[in-house]
Amino acid sequence: MKKIRIGSGAGYAGDRIEPAVELMEKGNLDYIIFECLAERTIAIGQQDKMKDPTKGYNQLLEARMRKILKLAKDNHIKVITNMGAANPVAAAEKTAEIAKELGVSGLKIAYVTGDDITPQIEKYYDNDVLELDCKLGDIKESILSTNVYLGAEGIIEALENGADIVITGRVSDPALSIGPLVHEFGWNIKDDADKMGQATLVGHLLECAGQVTGGYYADPGYKDVPDLDRLGFPLIEIDETGKFVVTKVEGSGGLVCEDTCKEQMIYEIHNPEKYLTPDTVADFSHVTFTQVGKDRVEAAHATSHGKPETLKVSVGYKDCFIGEGEISYGGMNCMNRAKLAADIVEKRLKLVGVEMEEFRIDYIGYNSLYKSEISDQYAPDVFPEIRLRVSGRTKDKANATLIANEVEALYTNGPAGGAGATKKVSEIVSICSIFVPRDIIKIEVGYKEV
Amino acid sequence: MKLKEIAHSRTGDKGDISNISLIPYKKEDYEMLKEKVTPEVVKAYFGEICKGEVVRYDIDSLCAMNFVLDKTLGGGVTRSLAIDKHGKALGMALMEMEI
Repeated sequence: MKKIRIGSGAGYAGDRIEPAVELMEKGNLDYIIFECLAERTIAIGQQDKMKDPTKGYNQLLEARMRKILKLAKDNHIKVITNMGAANPVAAAEKTAEIAKELGVSGLKIAYVTGDDITPQIEKYYDNDVLELDCKLGDIKESILSTNVYLGAEGIIEALENGADIVITGRVSDPALSIGPLVHEFGWNIKDDADKMGQATLVGHLLECAGQVTGGYYADPGYKDVPDLDRLGFPLIEIDETGKFVVTKVEGSGGLVCEDTCKEQMIYEIHNPEKYLTPDTVADFSHVTFTQVGKDRVEAAHATSHGKPETLKVSVGYKDCFIGEGEISYGGMNCMNRAKLAADIVEKRLKLVGVEMEEFRIDYIGYNSLYKSEISDQYAPDVFPEIRLRVSGRTKDKANATLIANEVEALYTNGPAGGAGATKKVSEIVSICSIFVPRDIIKIEVGYKEV
Repeated sequence: MKLKEIAHSRTGDKGDISNISLIPYKKEDYEMLKEKVTPEVVKAYFGEICKGEVVRYDIDSLCAMNFVLDKTLGGGVTRSLAIDKHGKALGMALMEMEI
């Protein structure tokens, strides 16, 4: 029976590179995927592209391609990645350039476009914004990027045309795995509901790389994980029945067990019966995980119920500024000095007339993660140290800067013993979403050959 | 007894929504957890943090549940003023809950 092995070489934009190299050297892979595109990254990529038309793709693309292109060629591993971000064309050109430099030839590099719907976005100004209580048109002046979450169509087309490397912009994370599976096994959403569900589960389990092989899992004494410093990234073995095994390269660190798979399956899904992706409405509600060997877990019983009529558009927009500052207090009575410091900052911000939309005070070491209600259950009588953090949301940079400066000014003007002050002013690019009909999208696939 | 003694958890984010899994180490504890850790209990526990509805989805085939907490991440990961913009540490707070 035909078996395919897909590895996961990255779980986020800045992920480690050597576990991907290890997978490509020792994993006997057919495909490797690199998921490198968080929600906001593409809006920032769009800004980079506006400044320089040859930029806008993942910042580690160059470093990654330098490490993997020769391996991909020598070991016949196809590479599928969304590292193209806001500029898949430039990413493909850069990849071709690196291949030439490295003396790697005979590679067909595909780039998938069509996710950027900026030219026609005006048509959707009347659409409701999912996260905000407004229409898209209400924030039109602030919009930086509008990218549809594409499904696997472009990736499938590229593979059918013999591509060795497929570089996309915004596609759904599972699409990176659904693409090669549909290409290899010819599954489709109408006739193969169970298999397409399994394909989506593959994508979902692989998309965060190390998070299914023991990363983000360890809790000493409760859940111990061996050799996290050499954490191996996952690979799956799947056959035409759709059943698959999650595993990793022998000798790598980490572990694959039923519990790592359970944690990752539920990670970032809402209703398990309706996990929406552009390719499927996946149903994970009957999934089973069975340990079938050391670091080998079999996954079965995912299914799907068609695919959604509409596609989600990720809209990046200029939202606000955040000004923040931190300062530490130590020794006896430190909490009271931190509270006095916070009180001074609050009064100063009123006195100098800083305009804010939201304001927050955290005492790091006491309530910065869980606020006071939960934190008070564990708070000791005496804190050895407390770090005050003050942050505020403003419309402009000038007001945000005033907030940050008032925290720093606590050095000479605040309570005794203030230490290690830091400050930061950030322009905030936020993400919101609208939904558009599937048929407005025109996916195009281009090629560079080296 | 704290939840941490019998279960584990991972927390994810999407926009202003946090999702927290609750997975017992032993399948025998699943029914008891379903009975005790209701959405209402979780909503009350995160009262100061969760400003929206809490829905629980049960995945019986895995003996695991998924709590979805709306309006919990200070407006969402891209604009929250919190240090933990993703709310990634919230699951660990749930583990401290007494049952």
